[in-house]
Amino acid sequence: MQAAPTKETDLISRIVAGERELFHDLIRPYEKMVYLTVLSIVKNQADAEDGAQEAVINAYRHLNSFRAEAKFSTWLTMIAINEGRRRLRKAKGAAEDSIEELEEEKEGDYTPAPLTDWREIPLETLERKELREALREAVEELPDIYRQVFTLRDLEELNIEETARALGVNPGIVKVRLHRARIMLQKKLVPFLKTVAPARKGFFRRAP
Amino acid sequence: MKLECKHVWEYISEYIDGRVDPQVKEDIERHLEHCEICSATLDSTRNILILTADDRTFELPMGYSERLHERLKKEIESAEPDLKKK
Repeated sequence: MQAAPTKETDLISRIVAGERELFHDLIRPYEKMVYLTVLSIVKNQADAEDGAQEAVINAYRHLNSFRAEAKFSTWLTMIAINEGRRRLRKAKGAAEDSIEELEEEKEGDYTPAPLTDWREIPLETLERKELREALREAVEELPDIYRQVFTLRDLEELNIEETARALGVNPGIVKVRLHRARIMLQKKLVPFLKTVAPARKGFFRRAP
Repeated sequence: MKLECKHVWEYISEYIDGRVDPQVKEDIERHLEHCEICSATLDSTRNILILTADDRTFELPMGYSERLHERLKKEIESAEPDLKKK
C-alpha cells in the first residue's frame, strides 16, 4: 500500500521545490486511508468524502511544514483526524469529547463470545458478501473511541505507537481500546456466523 | 503457569499482534493445545482481522478517486501563477 520510503521522500522534496503536480502521485497510495480515517470519525459517507478532500488539500498546502523525520502516513493521518474532528464539532457541538471520556470509564464486559465450531466454518463463508457487510456495520456501531483505534490499527495497519501519536493518546490506551474493539467485533459477528454456517451444517446432518 | 480461559481471552489481542512475553506466549500455546473453545475464539478474532484487511470489506464510494484528483488539480492550478512568479 505504501510507496517505497526513498521514492516518497524524493517525491516530497520535488513537490516542495515546485513540481506540484507530483502531489497526485504522492497521495494516491493513501487515498483510501484518508477517507477511512475521516469516516471513522464522522460516520457519514458524504461527509467523509468532503472531509477527505479537505484533508488532502490541507496536506498539499502544508507539505512544506512536513519534516522528513516523521512518517508521511502518520502526518497525513493526523491531518485527516483533525479534519474529521473539526467536522464533528461543527455538526454536534463541543459536548462530544466529555461524553467520549465517560465512555471509557465505564466498566464493560470485554470477554469474547466462546464458540467451538468456527474452524468448521468453510472458507467460502468468509468469502460471503453478507459477512463483510455485517463486519462493516459492526465497526460502524462501535463506540467512537474504539472505532477510531480499530480503524487506524487494523484497517490502515498503523502500529500501536503510530496510532497513539495520531490520536494523541498514550500507547497503553491504544492497546486497551484495540483489545476491547476486537472483542466487541468478535462478539457481534459470532452469532451472525452461528446462524449462517452451523445451522446449515445441522440441517444436513439431520437430513435422512 | 496454568492459564484459565478468561486469562487467555485477556491476552487475545496482544497475542495476535505478537506482543506477549515469551513466557506468556508459551503458557497460552500450552492452553490452546487442549482448549477447543479458546482456539476457536482466537481463530474467530483472527479471521475478523483478516476480513477487515480484505480490500472488498471497506470500499471507497464510486468515483471518489476521480473527484479527489479533480479537486486537487484545481487547487494545484490555482497556485500555479504564484510559482511562476518566483
